[in-house]
Amino acid sequence: MEYQGKELFRAAGIAVPRGHFSRDARDVGEFVAANPGSWVLKSQVLMGGRGKAGGIKFADTPEQARELASELLGKVLKNVQNPDGETVSALLVEEKVAIASEAYVSITIDRSTKKPAVLVTSQGGMDVEEVAANDPDAISTYWIDPAIGFSPFVARRLAFAAKLPAGYHKQFPAVVGGLYKLFMEYGANLVEINPLVLTDDGRVIASDAKVELDDNGLYKHPELAAWRNESPADEDQAAAVAIGLGMSNYAKLDGDIGVIANGAGLGMGTMDAIRNAGGAAANFLDIGGGAQAELVKKSYQLVVSDPKVRALFINIFGGITRGDQVARGIVQALAGDDLRKVPLVVRLTGTNEKEGRAILAEAGMNPVETMDEGARIAVDLARA
Amino acid sequence: MAVFLDKNSKVIVQGITGREGLFHTQRMLAYGTQIVGGVTPGKGGTNVEERLPVFNTVKDAVDATGATHTIVFVPPPFAADALYEAYDAGIGLAVCITEGIPAHDMLKVVATTHGMRIIGPNCPGLVSPGKALMGIMPGHVFKEGRVGVISRSGTLTYEIVDGLTKAGLGQSTCVGIGGDPIIGTTFVDCLKAFASDPETDAIVVCGEIGGSDEEDAAAFIAAHLPDKPCVAFIGGRSAPKGKRLGHAGAIISGNVGTPESKLAAFAAAGVPVADRPSDIPRLVAERLGVVA
Repeated sequence: MEYQGKELFRAAGIAVPRGHFSRDARDVGEFVAANPGSWVLKSQVLMGGRGKAGGIKFADTPEQARELASELLGKVLKNVQNPDGETVSALLVEEKVAIASEAYVSITIDRSTKKPAVLVTSQGGMDVEEVAANDPDAISTYWIDPAIGFSPFVARRLAFAAKLPAGYHKQFPAVVGGLYKLFMEYGANLVEINPLVLTDDGRVIASDAKVELDDNGLYKHPELAAWRNESPADEDQAAAVAIGLGMSNYAKLDGDIGVIANGAGLGMGTMDAIRNAGGAAANFLDIGGGAQAELVKKSYQLVVSDPKVRALFINIFGGITRGDQVARGIVQALAGDDLRKVPLVVRLTGTNEKEGRAILAEAGMNPVETMDEGARIAVDLARA
Repeated sequence: MAVFLDKNSKVIVQGITGREGLFHTQRMLAYGTQIVGGVTPGKGGTNVEERLPVFNTVKDAVDATGATHTIVFVPPPFAADALYEAYDAGIGLAVCITEGIPAHDMLKVVATTHGMRIIGPNCPGLVSPGKALMGIMPGHVFKEGRVGVISRSGTLTYEIVDGLTKAGLGQSTCVGIGGDPIIGTTFVDCLKAFASDPETDAIVVCGEIGGSDEEDAAAFIAAHLPDKPCVAFIGGRSAPKGKRLGHAGAIISGNVGTPESKLAAFAAAGVPVADRPSDIPRLVAERLGVVA
């Protein structure tokens, strides 16, 4: 979230607005009383477009600040990209700066060139994807040579190429250098300042900050573990890890047909097959390679614990995953007392498929041969 | 495909005494791969499978066996180091199975190990059916033939290859390039190799959402592969934006990595995209002018 990104930025030597983090309306009022002036109350949420969704308010007095803070805290912000909404549980109370100009700067991993890419545009404060779509020449990009890393000339190149107002130029190397240091230190996928504000009195400050970390790199930064919060994506990750799956092996989706597959590609392929058959997957779940019966059972329980699941398709093409282990896991899940029963279709192929099918047959189940067939049947079962 | 892996390639296994390393070494040996030894620091001087020597370092292994290929079964925090060690010892091709390596680790690895081909990470490996298998793929689904397969997925590849095999369309080499955002060998790298391979007549490109490797592949096919029919598939077309589904690289960020962009790129290159994996054999057969 913004306040987390700004803490990191401050530590990296990038100027950020004066600010105060709070979860309490009274505390906000007290802060403004102790620091008279104009303040911006910014909802701390992960969604984009919070301003338009009513998540940013302005306060000039302590009473106003406390009132607006109590309005915002607990409010559910909704917009087109987030129709279910996100609840505001914290605010960042920031100094209101007089803005002369807004720019944009970010560093991301460019997969094609396999290098960090620094992006700059003078069209700050906007959705950079819109800028990229409408006016691609407005974005200047520089790919960092890993042997050199950041050197101030990179910032100058970009500042002149993007035609940033002169007021940015002196401080720009420190901004980009600090951003690069952050990017490398935390092994981030993305670090972004939007907008990078040039104030009326000549300061260059990062008005909004975004840091996207690499899940695979989190083990190197245990100090950031405390920042993991209660967003829906994190709930799915926690549920996955709790049963012994990898962090990204389970994700809830919008449909009503549960999916269990071995392998991410096959998992996505199964979702696609369900869509081709006219249905929609309720989730993605990858049991990984070589799953034992216990993991299959827990995965089954996890998927059907979602009340919107009306049918379940288990699609297995076993390489190192063994059909008999999967079959046992399914049978064990079904034998459980508190399992919500939904119609089930199983496709079991590959290593130990004969043994697996025998176990299923004994339990009265009849697996299908192909993924397409399984998807079709699952869609019919969900409609029934 | 002699460029990557053939019958004569000498392979060592890094992490050979670990659970994964040992299990897959046994399967690779059963397939006929020429595994000449392995590396586990501290276990040098011992043997696995009775006759395979274990060495303390990759350098020792290479000096003793003349190995040119390695397959790395090492946990994420140690995988980059294993790749550096292989590069330093003069290995020519490294297959990295490991899932979970930080992207920044791989950025540094690919920038500093030019001269060693890395396949993966987070990949099932590669197989030249009838010759050798380096990876975790189940050998029994493959059949010797003349269709090249390149894929980001593991199990979805088996699904697709199984379909090709049952249709009588065997494979020359199947390369699993892996599901991570930063990989050592891309679609284009494989297409270059297949382009000049006299044993490959057609190519199947199995992509997925995320990144722009498929777009680069389509452009390469249009420019450099007029004579070898290609068929594509894109997994994850039903996936919502912004969600990472398993593979670290399978995520749509903004406008990049969308199925629409990939479909458009393949269409522009004249490459048919199968709607479902089961359509692939028919499309390949049509392009080859044979009956499947």
